[in-house]
Amino acid sequence: MTPHREYTDRLAAGEVAFQRCDDCRAAVFQPRVLCPACGSTRLTWGQSAGLGTVYSVSVLSPRDGRPYSVALIDLDEGFRMMSTVVGMPAGDVRIGMRVRAQVDQVDQVDQARVEFLADRS
Amino acid sequence: MSGPDLRGAAAIVGVAESDLGEVGQDRYAIELAAQASVAALAEAGLTTRDVDGLFCAIAGRGMAPLDVAEYLGVRPRYTDGTMVGGSSFVSHLHHAALAVAAGACDVALIAYGSTARSDSGRGRLPTGPPELPSYEAAYRPRMPVTGYALAAARHMYQYGTTRTQLAEVAVAARRWAMLNPKAFARDPLTIEDVLASRVISSPLSALDCCLVTDGGGAVVVTRADRARDLPRPPVYLLGAGEAHWHRTIAQMPDLTVTAATESSARAYAMAKLGPADVDVVELYDAFTINTILFLEDLGFCAKGEGGDFVSGGRIAPGGVLPVNTNGGGLSYCHPGMYGIFTLIEATRQIRGEAGERQQPGVTVALAHGNGGQLSSQVTAILGSEASL
Ligand SMILES: [Zn+2]
Repeated sequence: MTPHREYTDRLAAGEVAFQRCDDCRAAVFQPRVLCPACGSTRLTWGQSAGLGTVYSVSVLSPRDGRPYSVALIDLDEGFRMMSTVVGMPAGDVRIGMRVRAQVDQVDQVDQARVEFLADRS
Repeated sequence: MSGPDLRGAAAIVGVAESDLGEVGQDRYAIELAAQASVAALAEAGLTTRDVDGLFCAIAGRGMAPLDVAEYLGVRPRYTDGTMVGGSSFVSHLHHAALAVAAGACDVALIAYGSTARSDSGRGRLPTGPPELPSYEAAYRPRMPVTGYALAAARHMYQYGTTRTQLAEVAVAARRWAMLNPKAFARDPLTIEDVLASRVISSPLSALDCCLVTDGGGAVVVTRADRARDLPRPPVYLLGAGEAHWHRTIAQMPDLTVTAATESSARAYAMAKLGPADVDVVELYDAFTINTILFLEDLGFCAKGEGGDFVSGGRIAPGGVLPVNTNGGGLSYCHPGMYGIFTLIEATRQIRGEAGERQQPGVTVALAHGNGGQLSSQVTAILGSEASL
């Protein structure tokens, strides 16, 4: 199975998936056929616990819709992804905030996507 | 680092812009590239018949060198279509210097054209096949601005940089543009105007973002010994360096540190010069945060101090360091890939041809290109005969 297909299949099943390098232990995202840290092709899929920290955030306010955040999230397993923080006003999302993932099955593009909520645990 | 000693081996002997601004709906990108090419060659006392090396990039055209060569009627023996976004042309200068020094070609023409502004009115935006699957599109970033906004937000968080400091960059660019008759935006601009403009992707507002104009440019490069026989004073390439570490913004290791740290270190090492030797700086200011990041990464101030460095008009006319003396992508011209204009302005400042905005006694100028999402960084250090 191709890395992208493996990722989207796992996402459709509600999982935040990433790869880990068997040789250098680097966490790898976006999905690849090799480890960008060391070049190894020995990668193993894993499931993230979905906990992370907001690394940066920008708010967009379309003229014809509600403001939304575009955020970079550093997952605790050691990889970063672009996402959005929902369940709160976009303008209240702060860098350094702890967040947890949820998989949203309904989306503008024809696939599920990972979103984040403020983690109050 | 080793390799051939490129310092002073090649020189810029002609530069030109095409028509800029808004050229109208019956004009084409390649036409503008050709118009600039003819003018740059004429400055050098050359014609298209002399060109045997061709370097070009045009957004949305995967075979730009073939398009441009056919249009111009040139038959190059050396061709380079490196496409790394807006920095491509500074990269082309580096490659052209290597090529003329190695004898792979004698007269290298670097050419660019775009009708980005006019295209927006006629649904002619460049499109291409999908590359890799996107792991970003589902979140609706408005690219490229959101990528730069994320960098700005992180810089503000880490170093206390303020929106007022970002606005200082836009105001300085406008003050330079007011001295440049070719600049697109020449009305007075205040910090308050920038802060009050509509937020596009926070923290960046409309006036933190570059213009969208039409425009083309060309640069002619030849070997130093030949350059001395041509009409204009040669502008030597003293040092060049390239670096890129990522493509998409989520893969950028640290949003506050760009690969310009590496590209500039390579360029300074080749030039045997440092930031203190640079008289004018022409850098790629697609967004106000760029100027702050690059002044830090090019060594003009310490990491995190860029916001202070640009404040109080210090990079504006009459300030301590002249930055983007043409008005930059923010106020002079930005057809999508601005890098070639950093070379054109650096050359004019060294030759002393920049009119009202000319800086006194320019011996060394730095031109810095940026491409993608703060991705590709290319630095060139240019100098007059006296700098050799
Ligand atoms: Zn590895």
